[in-house]
Amino acid sequence: MKTKPILICLALLMLGATGCQSVSPWQRGTLANYTMRADRDPLGDAQSEHVFFSREEASGGKGVGGGGCGCN
Amino acid sequence: MALAARAEIKVGEKFPEIATSTIGGKLRELTKGRVVLVDFWASWCVPCARSFPVMDELQKTYGAKGLVIIAVNVDEIKADMESFLKAHPVTFSVVRDAKQRLVEKTGIAAMPSSFLLDKNGKVAFAHSGFHGSETQAQYKREIESLLKQDPK
Repeated sequence: MKTKPILICLALLMLGATGCQSVSPWQRGTLANYTMRADRDPLGDAQSEHVFFSREEASGGKGVGGGGCGCN
Repeated sequence: MALAARAEIKVGEKFPEIATSTIGGKLRELTKGRVVLVDFWASWCVPCARSFPVMDELQKTYGAKGLVIIAVNVDEIKADMESFLKAHPVTFSVVRDAKQRLVEKTGIAAMPSSFLLDKNGKVAFAHSGFHGSETQAQYKREIESLLKQDPK
C-alpha cells in the first residue's frame, strides 16, 4: 500500500519532465514558415477535402448542407 | 517544464544598452539626447511589414526634429532579413540582434514590439504589436510630446 503514493509521485514527476518548451515570440520564425502551414498544398488540400466531404455522411461534409452520398 | 519567467521592460525603466558589436559605439552617439524608437521585428512577421512604411514616414517627419528609429531584427537567418529589407526599403537604421540577446533582455510578449525612449534613455511608452492607423496615431502623439521635453 505504501507504493501507491510513491507511484503517483513518480507519475507526476514524469509528467513534469516531458518536453514542454515555451517558444518566445522572437523565436517563431520556423513556426511561421510557409512549409509549416496545413494548407500549403492547394491540390492536396482539395483532394483531402473531397474525400472528407464524400465520407462524412449525414453531417453534410465540410461546412455545407447535403449528405455524404459519395457521389460528389 | 521549461517555462521561462518573462519580465517585460516597463515604462519608466532604463532600456538595456544597445551594444551590437559592429555599431555599438556609433549608435550610442546617435541616440544621445534624442527621442529613440526601438522596434523589434522579424521578416516572417506580417504586422512588422505593415509597420515599416509607417516608421519610415515617422523618420522622415521627425528625424530632423530629434527622433531616431532603430529597428532591431531578430531573424535567425540573416538572408531572411536582407531579402525583407530589399522588398521594404527604409531610411531608418536597422540593426541585427543575431544572437537574440537584446530581445531576450526586453522579454517582449509579441512581435513586433517597440519602446519609445525619452531623451534620457528611459522607456516612456511601450507598444505590443502593430495595429495600423491606431498605432500610427499613438506614435505621432507620443513622439511629439517626447520631443517637447528637455533632456536632464
